[in-house]
Amino acid sequence: MSSILVFAESTDGKFKKTSREAVSYAAELGGDVTAVAFGDIEQSELESLGNNGAGKVLHAGDDKLNQGVIQAYASALAQAVEQTGAEIVVFSKSSLGDAVAARLAAKIGAALASNVVSLPDTSNGFVVKRSIYTNKAFVNVDMKEGKKIIAVKKNAVGIKEDGGSATVESFSPDLGDTDFAVKITKTEKAEGDVLLPEADIVVSGGRGLKGPENWDMVEELASELGAATGCSKPVSDMGWRPHHEHVGQTGVKVAPSLYIAIGISGAIQHLAGVNASKVLVAINKDPEAPFFKAADYGIVGDAFEVVPKLIDAVKASND
Amino acid sequence: MKILVCITHVPDTTSKISFTDNNTKFDSSGVQYIIGPYDDYALARAVELKESNGATVTVLNVGTSETEPTIRKALAIGADDAIRVDAFPENGHFVAEQIAHIAKENNYDLILMGRESIDYNGGAVHGMVGEMLGLPSLSPVMTLDIEGNTAKMAREIEGGKEYVEVDLPFVAGCQEPIAEWKIPNMRGIMTARTKPLNVVEAVDTTEKTELKNYELPPEKGDCKMIDPDNVEELVDLLKNEAKVL
Repeated sequence: MSSILVFAESTDGKFKKTSREAVSYAAELGGDVTAVAFGDIEQSELESLGNNGAGKVLHAGDDKLNQGVIQAYASALAQAVEQTGAEIVVFSKSSLGDAVAARLAAKIGAALASNVVSLPDTSNGFVVKRSIYTNKAFVNVDMKEGKKIIAVKKNAVGIKEDGGSATVESFSPDLGDTDFAVKITKTEKAEGDVLLPEADIVVSGGRGLKGPENWDMVEELASELGAATGCSKPVSDMGWRPHHEHVGQTGVKVAPSLYIAIGISGAIQHLAGVNASKVLVAINKDPEAPFFKAADYGIVGDAFEVVPKLIDAVKASND
Repeated sequence: MKILVCITHVPDTTSKISFTDNNTKFDSSGVQYIIGPYDDYALARAVELKESNGATVTVLNVGTSETEPTIRKALAIGADDAIRVDAFPENGHFVAEQIAHIAKENNYDLILMGRESIDYNGGAVHGMVGEMLGLPSLSPVMTLDIEGNTAKMAREIEGGKEYVEVDLPFVAGCQEPIAEWKIPNMRGIMTARTKPLNVVEAVDTTEKTELKNYELPPEKGDCKMIDPDNVEELVDLLKNEAKVL
């Protein structure tokens, strides 16, 4: 059986859902799946990757590895590749995953494919489908012989659960000063919110909301739906909302099950960041708004009237 | 300080994407090309650093002669000279090898580029170049300030920011709001015509991926419109038809 490694990214001691999906993807490939986890993570959380298909978890628990130290992660993963004889390393696509995967690819001389949306077709080579042109197209790429690194796009295969438990082994990679050349001095995180790139439902607002003071209803709708909040580029440019909420071609690209756009006209640059979503809903008072051409469901109406009604309807349906 | 800014030559963000030759080639007819938007941020910050800290800014593009107007635009924005590696940018690994080769010969203090190209979205080139040169690499970088030999940066992490410090030299993939995009002025456009643009041959690489063909996403069906006085219907459809609630 071939050996497959997975970079299992975590935040605050919990594995990201996308990491669980990367483990599920690796399990679908068929082989011995070993996840590599970094930093302070509890035993039960480490074992739980077995539920997604990992047989083993290599845990590098050194405190220095709690934060996103790109070089150190890449060096450690290269050593894990060596130790397990892995031919394939699976990542979930994220800003950290991209940065680490690229270094690892150059370090071990592996073929790299990012934004992968399918399992490989191995009938003639090892062909994976990648999303390109910011979700406007796909390309099929043959990853030739040798080591392969696959960064999986969210919702490519979904999360599988089979009730298994992984064995956990402590892992002490040999890391030097150059691996920690970048000093992380401070971290700022939005507290308690659903993380936008991870969210299953996203509620986004645009200029149609007229000002930052009108975001209460967006947040209330998001909270009723268990959703993350996002915004269009002008809204983040004007400082109505923080930059990390900007969804679009040059912002966060999201792929939730449901994306609700309120008062967003639907410029092509915004749509590029959301068109990997399963279902798109547009609420806009302009019936000619381009978003309606991309949306699955639409309501033409004033956001200030429609959204409160929608909050009530969601509440009623939750009860 | 010597700054290298690597730029991509990519279809404008409003371009309609289509393919020709049995879906094996990008259809560039009617497409307007631009400096990659993320690369444009990196370039703008490099030009600001040139003004505030004193630096020379070299622009590098891996591309065929078609990319020269894009390179000239970067010179008009404020870069001092440019290098074009005369080859089609097949994939991220190929481009990274070319950049690393040029960088090894020139000892730059800072190598900047966008967080990703907007055509292939791989976001891998900065990391690969860093590894090939044995330098730290960071991405996506939102702010960059340099004091002496040390850079202070904010890197975007999911749901927030991370503040980092690193000594020069290093490689960074940039994104907004690192700087405001710059629009070339007339004087910039005039002087860009005579700034050096050196064309060099590509170095050989061993490629590990091969492009088979392109695909377009399936056409979207019609949007189902719901009466604004009956939003309960939307919740019902999301629940029972789309099954996403």
